[in-house]
Amino acid sequence: MTTTPERTRVQPPPSAERTPVDTVTLVSEADRRPGRVPRWVLKTVSPLVLVVLWQVLSSVGILEDDTLASPLTVVQTAAGMWEDGSLQSAVITSVVRVLAGLGVGLVAAVVLATLAGLFRRGEDIIDAPMQMLRTVPVIGLIPLLIIWFGINEEPKIILVGLAVTFPLYMNLYGGIRNVDSSLIEAARTLGLGWFGQVRHVILPSAMPQFLIGLRYALGTAWLALVFGETINATSGIGYEMNKAREFFATDVIIVCLVLYAILGLVADMIVRGLERGLLSWRPAFSGR
Amino acid sequence: MATGVQRTVTTRAGNTAVSVRGLTRRFGERAVIENLDLDIAPGQFVALLGASGCGKSTLLRILADLDRDVSGEVTVPRKRAVGFQAPRLMPWKKVWRNVVLGLPGKPDKERAVAALTEVGLAHRVDVWPKVLSGGEAQRAALARALVREPDLLLLDEPFSALDALTRITARGLVDEVWQRHGCAVLLVTHDVEEALALADRVLVMQDGKIGYDAPVEIDRPRDVTDPEFQRLRGELLARLGVH
Repeated sequence: MTTTPERTRVQPPPSAERTPVDTVTLVSEADRRPGRVPRWVLKTVSPLVLVVLWQVLSSVGILEDDTLASPLTVVQTAAGMWEDGSLQSAVITSVVRVLAGLGVGLVAAVVLATLAGLFRRGEDIIDAPMQMLRTVPVIGLIPLLIIWFGINEEPKIILVGLAVTFPLYMNLYGGIRNVDSSLIEAARTLGLGWFGQVRHVILPSAMPQFLIGLRYALGTAWLALVFGETINATSGIGYEMNKAREFFATDVIIVCLVLYAILGLVADMIVRGLERGLLSWRPAFSGR
Repeated sequence: MATGVQRTVTTRAGNTAVSVRGLTRRFGERAVIENLDLDIAPGQFVALLGASGCGKSTLLRILADLDRDVSGEVTVPRKRAVGFQAPRLMPWKKVWRNVVLGLPGKPDKERAVAALTEVGLAHRVDVWPKVLSGGEAQRAALARALVREPDLLLLDEPFSALDALTRITARGLVDEVWQRHGCAVLLVTHDVEEALALADRVLVMQDGKIGYDAPVEIDRPRDVTDPEFQRLRGELLARLGVH
């Protein structure tokens, strides 16, 4: 604050000397969207093109039936399997196995992750062995499971159960540990006790991560089931597939693969529905 | 630390809302609060100023019973409420459920609506917190504090994240609800004018103690151009090391 600086007025240069400003015209978002084709059309067209190509290759004889049955044959085979009831019974058997395995794994994972997540002592006891066991490939346990549980339903259900336990555990445990501590603090000032904090803060906050785990678990559940059913089974989709292999019935194999895919999709849709219902509080980025 | 951790937060009925004696809080070797004494009368609006890192937020956290790693004697009302710098609403609960969260019994929507109406959020009862603007979220947090009918309201820089215009409105709202509810308020702030606009008494924290304690005897509603306002403002800024 010693001297006041001299003030000079800055004059803008006369218009003739100004360089022209480079401008862009901003258009509305709707006009910039690529094309006018609805998105569901685009989503349907590309798989359809692949199927048509497959049919053409089969019809001209490049793909033989022993290598890969044509789409039309596959559809006929599926209709036949539906009529003699083998398709329905295989699907029901497999779905029951996945649900049973998922139930077992869900209970195990929720109990273990809640104990490990909420209590330090639980973490010390549970988390280290879980982290070690997680690295064991579940499929590699099949011989042991057969020795322990025979070849009935148990080894298949347990295999699925083990396969889903780990992704569920990891995500629920991680979700519980990622709770925003400032919200816990707020809950304490609101007079919520330990159970209230768990119920109103910790578990809802872990839910998004848990649902990611559930989605991932369902994927690995089908994978485990495929292995369980191909190695020793007397019913189910994997059994049908294995039987077909002996007769080079590629059409049946394709039908079974499509069934697995459809069931996987249905499972994914259920989890997405759960996410929409349970996570409606979370505005999501849905892409451009 | 040599001294053991004592449980020092107790509650009692009396003619002070807050009574602190010989309070010390250390972080490692450094004592952020050292042998601090403080009394707050029921219904008094106290503003606590201080340079950043001086321990004013630590004191508020101790009074809120969020920090018990202290020695000394602290007496606070049983019915307390806290407003933080961020609204800290549970994003998975609708606004009204946030307001009554932690109250005994079933969530009482009517009570929540009444509290939200008081802060001018009657139209936001049924939305998710993420939908609220910054000012609205802070008002919802204020409703959540007031619905508890506290005897002591602790506010930790509640307006600092708001834009200048919203801040003025929020300040007015706090003034209004304090006059209606008559609870004691401890407002931690770094804004001298905010302190002078709202408080009955201003404190400045220095070296772990209350270094300055002065009543603000200016008629309400207060006017920035009031000479007494100007005088106190100058004095406080000097105290805070701003010249």
